[in-house]
Amino acid sequence: MDKLIARINWRKVLIPMLSILSAFVIGALIIIASGRNPIEAFGALFSGVFGNQYYMGEWLFRTVPIILTGLAVAFAFRTGLFNIGAPGQLAIGGLVAVIIGIHVELPALLHTTLMIVAGGAAGFVWGFIPGILKARYRVHEVVVSIMLNYTALYLVNYWILNFIPNPMNPAQSMAMQSTATLKVPFFTEILAFLFPNSRINFGIFIAIIACIVFSFIINKTTFGYELRAVGLNPSGAQYAGMKVNRNIALSMAIAGVFAGVAGAIYMISLGKIDVEQGLTGYYAIGFDGIAVALLGNSTGVGVFFSALLLGGLKAGAASMQAFAQVPAEIVEIISSLILLFVASGYLFERFADQWTLKRIKKQRQQKVEVSK
Amino acid sequence: MDIMGLIINVLLFASPLIIVAMGGLFSERSGVVNIGLEGLMIVGAFVTTATSLILQDMGLSFLVSVLIGIGLSVIAGAVFSLIHAYASISLRANQTISGIALNMLALGFTMYLTQIIFQGKETESIGIGQNAASFLIPGLKDIPVIGGLFDWRVMLVAVVVVVTWYVIYKRPFGLRLRACGEHPGAADSMGINVAKMRYQAVMISGMLAAVGGALQMLAFAGKFAPYTINGAGFMALAILVFGQWRPFSVMTAGLFFGLLRVIGVTGNSLFPGVPIPEQVYFALPYIFVVVALVLFSRNAMAPKALGIPYDKSSR
Repeated sequence: MDKLIARINWRKVLIPMLSILSAFVIGALIIIASGRNPIEAFGALFSGVFGNQYYMGEWLFRTVPIILTGLAVAFAFRTGLFNIGAPGQLAIGGLVAVIIGIHVELPALLHTTLMIVAGGAAGFVWGFIPGILKARYRVHEVVVSIMLNYTALYLVNYWILNFIPNPMNPAQSMAMQSTATLKVPFFTEILAFLFPNSRINFGIFIAIIACIVFSFIINKTTFGYELRAVGLNPSGAQYAGMKVNRNIALSMAIAGVFAGVAGAIYMISLGKIDVEQGLTGYYAIGFDGIAVALLGNSTGVGVFFSALLLGGLKAGAASMQAFAQVPAEIVEIISSLILLFVASGYLFERFADQWTLKRIKKQRQQKVEVSK
Repeated sequence: MDIMGLIINVLLFASPLIIVAMGGLFSERSGVVNIGLEGLMIVGAFVTTATSLILQDMGLSFLVSVLIGIGLSVIAGAVFSLIHAYASISLRANQTISGIALNMLALGFTMYLTQIIFQGKETESIGIGQNAASFLIPGLKDIPVIGGLFDWRVMLVAVVVVVTWYVIYKRPFGLRLRACGEHPGAADSMGINVAKMRYQAVMISGMLAAVGGALQMLAFAGKFAPYTINGAGFMALAILVFGQWRPFSVMTAGLFFGLLRVIGVTGNSLFPGVPIPEQVYFALPYIFVVVALVLFSRNAMAPKALGIPYDKSSR
């Protein structure tokens, strides 16, 4: 146990912890300033997540797409690239999945599998564009990704309004085939037993598998090793004979697959795709991925747990608004503050360094005492 | 549609974007990426709307209340941009991430306040419909045909563009600002306080973006809601890149993108009979930016030190 504690990199754990704490403290101050009770508010938030099995199921349901967009951002991060294009990749992946869900007729499981694979492939293409432009022309991936987010938005809206409008509400797609569902036999029964009536479905297992695949590619394969090498030092990687350009393009494209799958799972779960207004609808899931990836230090395990935190905030917000009269937007404030604090890690680094130094000194003293 | 109406619509659409892009120009020319323009616009739109509604309740006239609102939004924009400045300059945070956090924070914070103050997801309209004429400059507005052009919002943006060009290229301040964006180490060795320059630049961008947000609100929604700004800040960023960080090119890009947008909204008045959906016109500006970036990539005009935190010890 001591060895395990000694192996933990305290700096990497402390900065996210302090960021979360600071964000909640500021959130509490804002709640106080607006004349509400923060303890009551956070209590309502907590019971809106853990209060009963239904709430917990909804919490996991909201976490699924955030895990996947978090992985999408984290994967590119490891190659030193910033994937702000997750919203667009998610939208395109979702659109392609819904199109297949409407027009293709297949047996149940096969149909859903095809939808998810196609969604991932669409995300691959949408991520590959900024990747290849970065590799070929040294064009900044952030600017291209932002432009592609809006291109995706208008493409998705055009497609919904013109080709698959819902006759009752043209701002939504029409109903998909009944075979387009994530209610997988056996797993559905287990989930229904654990979390009765909630919308949680097989997507949570896909998200967990995605985390494992992510960690495997990054940590255990030559390809992942090369990606990390390119991220840490492109010139060094080039000198060692790695194909830097190919790795940059592929890294963005694979990041796009995670976001595309996120879109597919999200739209299958909802049973439709909506006309997106931009930033306020499902695009927010893509931006949440940035906070999740950063908070989770761009590792598979880290992304999983940070997504649980952010998903929890979103899931509990409604109860907080209902029972403590604190507007649900406070969770947006808290999650953006977490992002801001994690990005400004330098603020806590000095503090963390001092703390680590003290620990090391203490350990040395103990060793000296033992050897005496 | 008559040509004059088209021009006025293009100006009304483009002017908020151009003034925001000018703000972005200051920030980026000093070496700080500002993705947070969207959030700063949201803050400006909120402060102007809230101030105007409250002051009109107290009996002030529409125009006066809006002008005071814009004045306050300038202060709010400067204060809010300090968050981005402190994180990205003093704490050396990743500028892109800090900007995104600013966008999320701005939307969350203003929506929170909207619900606290106005008890709803959006405010009521500030009453532009019956007061639209109050934006036109008295005397000049009666000139036949071109009278509609004398809108003080358009005039304000035109002045800002000229002043930006003058400050950036003709004043010592602009020279120092550009030096910080191209080679902060060299600027520092010549006695320029890089951090201070960048702080000033980011605050200017905050002020201009907030005014842009107010103008955007006045030109379209006429109230504050989650969709009042709706991506206009990112559009301004696109204009900035398409205009290659030069004031007059940025203005031209803004007018061009504004034209595409207006054609999209008003239908195919330009090419009657050709079935081009409005979404194509909406998406074209963004596609143009990507194409332009690729074409310009050989001799890109982007400031050399853009996005790199300045660390004195690594000089």
